Amino acid sequence: MLHITDLSHQYSNSPKIVFPDISAEKNSTLLIKGASGCGKTTLLHLLAGLISPLNGEIILNENKINELSASQKDRFRGEHIGIVFQQSYFIKSLSVLDNLLLSPYAGSSSKAIQIAKRLNIQEFLSQKPNQLSLGQQQRVSIARAVMNTPQLILADEPTSALDDKNCKDVLNLLKQEAQVNEATLVIVTHDQRLDDSVNQSIELKPIKDVCYAD
Amino acid sequence: MTLLIKALNLNRLKTYAMLIKMAWKNIIHKPLNSILCVCLLLFGVSIISVLILIQHQLEQKFERDLENIDLVVGAKGSPLQLVLSAVYHIDAPTGNINFAEAKNLMNNPMVEEAIPMAYGDSYHGYRILGITEDYLNKYSAQFREGHIFQKSMQAVLGAKVARTSKLKIGDTFYGSHGQVEGVHVHDEHAYQVVGILENTNSVVDNLVLTNIESVWEVHNDNHGHEPEAEEAQHSKNHEEHEHHDDSENEREHEHKTNHEHENNHKHEGNHEHQTKQEHENESKLKKSKTIHNPDSLDITAVLLKYKTRNSAMGMPRYINQQTNMQAVIPALEVNRLFYMLGVGTTTLKWIAGGIIFMAGFSVFLVLYSRLRERQYELALMRSVGYRPKDLLGLLLYEGLLLAGIGYIFGWLLSRIGLYFISRQAENDFNLHFGGQWINEEISLLFLTIFIGVVASLLPAWKAMRMDVSATLSKQ
Repeated sequence: MLHITDLSHQYSNSPKIVFPDISAEKNSTLLIKGASGCGKTTLLHLLAGLISPLNGEIILNENKINELSASQKDRFRGEHIGIVFQQSYFIKSLSVLDNLLLSPYAGSSSKAIQIAKRLNIQEFLSQKPNQLSLGQQQRVSIARAVMNTPQLILADEPTSALDDKNCKDVLNLLKQEAQVNEATLVIVTHDQRLDDSVNQSIELKPIKDVCYAD
Repeated sequence: MTLLIKALNLNRLKTYAMLIKMAWKNIIHKPLNSILCVCLLLFGVSIISVLILIQHQLEQKFERDLENIDLVVGAKGSPLQLVLSAVYHIDAPTGNINFAEAKNLMNNPMVEEAIPMAYGDSYHGYRILGITEDYLNKYSAQFREGHIFQKSMQAVLGAKVARTSKLKIGDTFYGSHGQVEGVHVHDEHAYQVVGILENTNSVVDNLVLTNIESVWEVHNDNHGHEPEAEEAQHSKNHEEHEHHDDSENEREHEHKTNHEHENNHKHEGNHEHQTKQEHENESKLKKSKTIHNPDSLDITAVLLKYKTRNSAMGMPRYINQQTNMQAVIPALEVNRLFYMLGVGTTTLKWIAGGIIFMAGFSVFLVLYSRLRERQYELALMRSVGYRPKDLLGLLLYEGLLLAGIGYIFGWLLSRIGLYFISRQAENDFNLHFGGQWINEEISLLFLTIFIGVVASLLPAWKAMRMDVSATLSKQ
């Protein structure tokens, strides 16, 4: 369960961004859309605890993320949140398997192999990430995001760099992993291809200094 | 509750293991940068290591050999040369002194122990030294086999001489003239090995010891210039032993010139041919094996030990002013030598220190310049739950690993270098340098680690303070 109420954020020397109230069940997919610059990534970072809100509450399964201290946020993020980025970020010097095991809160390597099988990347485990194609890299990113059995999966433009085939695969895999982990999936995107087959969709629109929901 | 704490610790342990693994992988991922850092470090470390080791061992060895020698008396000349030759046997002697004159000194009531020595020939580059039994006791030399020389032409081998020459008890060998191998072999006088010493880690290991009479015998026979007619007289004197005769003063002088002439051979190898001819002529002239009155003969030096130090304060001055001989306090000369060596090694240490500093700077540059390209990796680490201090740790580990690897390879290189230096020094000076670990090297290790930490501190600090959200938002 994810609840967002009265949430707003302000970067220094920038207008305040106000976000709509949002609720999302576990095992459900929430799509947050909008043109760039209206705070999609900011919302994602607020949910991930990478930045702190100006106002409002973010509650994930009874945990008030906005009230945690900086180190508690790091820990909460490590234990309960999985993030998939637009670009596939990896530790270049480590193998795919070690990248899966990167987090201090990641499960064992047998779990990594199990997840890799689910995402059909088990044959790449000993390779370096930059030897893989973009679609394969994104699947590794998804695998890494669920290594800690997260309650919340955050995906930031996970498909924008992919072709239609891979785009569909990645969306399905994200949904599949959200089901397996009983997690809430939040996808932030401007990719029109993701419109169908999601439980809930919210569009953020910039009006002067405020983003609000339709 | 305890289970929770255990789980927590386990998690931290996992974190550290992963951080160290990442630090290591990052270093070998960009090998060229890392190799540069490591090379600079290893050169600096190995130079300092070698200098420290050589200085330390040289001082140790010189002090060990100096044991209980308060005063060295020999012919006039360079005091340092006298000490180097008479105590350490790594230089040519300054000349010879008259045995009778030396004996006056040896019988001085202030002297507790006096050891006369006469330089003989050499055997395979090892000096044959005419000496008394006291010398062996001074260095607490124990016999591994055999016994002390009891009569002329018997020899006791130092441990290293025995090891390299493979001579055994009962074997005979010939000395060759001077210190240089294979110059002129005294093939009429064979030494017989009667004893082999245990290792003493002192200068004794590199010596062939015999009694002084043997040295006289070999040299008298080959280098005496006395006409044959005088020989009868000489042998008679020998039988009468301590008999003194004014008329012998003249011959003493002759001897002195002869022996000084011998010593010159070592410096001027070109005289070889000429000397050989001379010797042949002499051999034709003389065939006897007699020793004339010992008092008329020369020795090379005397090692003195005082009864009490204070009582003999005036002794060196007396010897230097009133006699033909020179007295040197070896400890002073050795200190002077180390002072002079110290100036050189200090300069080299500064240079090597500069190299290590440069290495630290290159570690800094490599880590710092890579921060930009690694910012996404670092942000990724934060997003999967690493704390800012873990990133600080990661970069510190990388600096430490580079420093550690540099130190280890520097240590290895210093040992390899020392092996070759030691081999050369053994040939040239009979000095051996071992590769044992000494305390100063621990300080060097700490210095290297310190440099590694300082060099990575600023990049690590920047990594710790990075704005994860802003980095991830950059497109």
